[in-house]
Amino acid sequence: MALSLLSMQRISKAFGGIPALSAASLQIDAGEVHALVGQNGAGKSTMIKILTGYYRKDAGDIQFDGASFDVESPQAAQMGGISTIYQEINLVPYRSVAENICLGREKRRFGLLDWPAMYEDARALIARFNINIDVRQPLMNFNTATQQMIAISRAIGFKAKLVIMDEPTSSLDEREVGVLFDVIRQLKADGVSVIFVSHKLDELYQVCDRVTIMRDGQSVKTAAMADLTQLELIAAMLGRDIAQVSRHTTAFGDRTFQYQSGPEAPLLKVSNLRAGRKVLDVNFNMRRGEIIGLAGLLGAGRTETARVIFGEDQRQGGLVELNGVAFNPRDPADAIAAGLGFCSEDRKLDGIIPDMSVAENLTLVLLPHLSKAGIVDETAKAKIVETFIARLGVKCSGPNQKIRELSGGNQQKVLLARWLATNPDLLILDEPTRGIDVGAKAEIQSLINAMAKDGLSVLMISSELEEVIEGADRVFVLREGHSVAEFAHKDLSEQAIMQAMAYSEPATTAAGAAS
Amino acid sequence: MSDLVQSAPNSRSFRWQDFFARHGTLIVLLALLVFNMIATPNFLSVRTLNVNLTQVATIVIVAVGMTMVIATGGIDLSVGSLMAIAGALAPLIFLGKIVHFGNIYVAVAVAMVVSVLVAGAFGWFNGWLITHFKIQPIIATLVLFIAGRGIAQVVTNGNLQAFKVPQFQFIGLDRWFGIPVQVIVMIILVAAATWTMRNTLFGRQILAVGGNERAARLCGMPVSKTKRWVYFISGICAGIAGLVVIAINSSSDANLVGLGMELDAIAAVAVGGTSLSGGRASVLGTLMGALIIQLVRFTLLANGIPDAAALVVKAAIIVAAVWLQRQNGARA
Repeated sequence: MALSLLSMQRISKAFGGIPALSAASLQIDAGEVHALVGQNGAGKSTMIKILTGYYRKDAGDIQFDGASFDVESPQAAQMGGISTIYQEINLVPYRSVAENICLGREKRRFGLLDWPAMYEDARALIARFNINIDVRQPLMNFNTATQQMIAISRAIGFKAKLVIMDEPTSSLDEREVGVLFDVIRQLKADGVSVIFVSHKLDELYQVCDRVTIMRDGQSVKTAAMADLTQLELIAAMLGRDIAQVSRHTTAFGDRTFQYQSGPEAPLLKVSNLRAGRKVLDVNFNMRRGEIIGLAGLLGAGRTETARVIFGEDQRQGGLVELNGVAFNPRDPADAIAAGLGFCSEDRKLDGIIPDMSVAENLTLVLLPHLSKAGIVDETAKAKIVETFIARLGVKCSGPNQKIRELSGGNQQKVLLARWLATNPDLLILDEPTRGIDVGAKAEIQSLINAMAKDGLSVLMISSELEEVIEGADRVFVLREGHSVAEFAHKDLSEQAIMQAMAYSEPATTAAGAAS
Repeated sequence: MSDLVQSAPNSRSFRWQDFFARHGTLIVLLALLVFNMIATPNFLSVRTLNVNLTQVATIVIVAVGMTMVIATGGIDLSVGSLMAIAGALAPLIFLGKIVHFGNIYVAVAVAMVVSVLVAGAFGWFNGWLITHFKIQPIIATLVLFIAGRGIAQVVTNGNLQAFKVPQFQFIGLDRWFGIPVQVIVMIILVAAATWTMRNTLFGRQILAVGGNERAARLCGMPVSKTKRWVYFISGICAGIAGLVVIAINSSSDANLVGLGMELDAIAAVAVGGTSLSGGRASVLGTLMGALIIQLVRFTLLANGIPDAAALVVKAAIIVAAVWLQRQNGARA
């Protein structure tokens, strides 16, 4: 066995008296790809943030590369040989790709920046990803996946001995994931270790050597991936017996599918919708009580379509009809008044209001209805909040806890409650289970299921095929801004959807091409 | 078990830090009061209290509006100039230079309402620039910061307007129930703003817009309208403060009224613990922040240290306050 590169022993950390880590351990060998898994709130992020100097540990010992390692800032960790790629890309959008890659280790000549050398360096690093882009372009001209690759190039450029990847694949499509895995294997061949954090178990088995499973702030198991079945892994994460882990991959398993065919007039009908560069010709319809899945690769125009329907972006062509009447919301407020709800994809960016409490976040949309003459009726508000916290099983210390202190899954439940509280006719859910743990995922899926049974129509955008296949009454597939296929539930299969998504996939390879 | 023993003192020290970060402003204020009780002669007198409150009132009045603006993630640099505009306009009206009023009380009432509303209208203009053209608040309000004082000078032809109109000057010179009138105005505004932030839909909208504008929009909140309103309120507050200043001085000099007020107000807000990046607001904190800055100045002056040195200390307090805030934020 290779030498141990990193050894974190008995790490403890508490926030405001509440322990996030209690004597957790992690040990990484040189040149291995090590998976770090656990439900949200298990302590993975805290562990990583302590390692990278973002938080200080309360107790415990860290040895890295044969010496004691205790850094005070992410910069120091980077200089010490640990680079991190976060889920949310932390780069400078207005500066060029080359500048971003060389940020913090700019090449100088006679005291001035040596641009040719930096461009050359950036090009060489990017080339490992098989993408060909102009490194002088500003970063923001590229899509998320490309930005992710640039972030990784940057980490490699720091000659890191250990690269931490925190859910690096959450914004990548399948092909890009493949490229990323090639890069990881290459890193490994170069003797670099990788800590790989992901909620997608399949990926772990593809690329990782060993896994450390965390639960409730402790490391509960470390094992070679090959010695651990997927079921055993999930069971360890959840702290349950294998027999208890459901055989269904999603909690939609028991859904009874209705309206497989029917003459009923559609609740929402979208024809030839066109908006911006991402939505070119989108067509679909949905009936009352249906869950409609919107599938497609990253950048296929799903989110953009939803934003137009919700009035956040403006339509440039085509027709949207709600209950048979043309529907042109000027802004989200219009759409909300018409009975729509939109749970957005990025919780941090346009979902939660971090400094506000659970109660405030939950009642944000409903607030005008909870107010008389502009004064909030606190009693009515408290009642609603209490009802929904109980109904959705939100785990928080109380309605007044700040939402930013909750785990991703619980934040998502609050955001769902925010819309359910308005009792909408049509709820758009954009990646409702992205980045949340297995347990919360199942709860949210069965909640969506129950809501649809009560007559709510759901437009569900999801990159998780099982979710769409097991949950949706019908699925529409988008490809590069066009609707390309419709499947009734009985015709759904992974094979069919993937074929529709990928059919004659043109040079999307230019993942770089300015989007 | 050993872990439990180890972590116990840690969690306690954390609570202390939490406590200090949350109530830091109050603690500093109390410390200053205690220090003065011991060190400054005659500190515990109604006179000292009134001197300090009178001097701090205009800053607090402006800072109340500023707190709301900053809570939306904005900033208002124009408040000093808007004070000058209101201060220039009011004497023109109650001295009868525009229209002659038979009754001085009517003239004063019209002067006060019109000049404050004009300041509010200029505030609304700030908000319009910011929401309609998507100009950054610091730039948009810089427009009136520069032009506003010019407008005030043009209106008065650059003349100093001196007056002696007790019917108007009560707002800066009189006492009701032994309390200076401007202090009563200040208290009413602080109370109203605190109540608004805590209990109204508008207060929630301000915090939501400042906390996450995109999320607020997707929740159907009237983001632009909310912003225009806070800048309007900031303008109104500045207008009122302008009237108080000219009433105290018995004169209005467009060059001087409200000079540097924007920075005093921002300092009070920052020391009071309102996050300059928006999403959080503490009107009471702003009041305490202004009191701290005032009290430090008073303490130094009362103990024979010159005003110039007091400015340096004022800056040090702001640095300390921002540092405290960062401590608070880093653990979040």
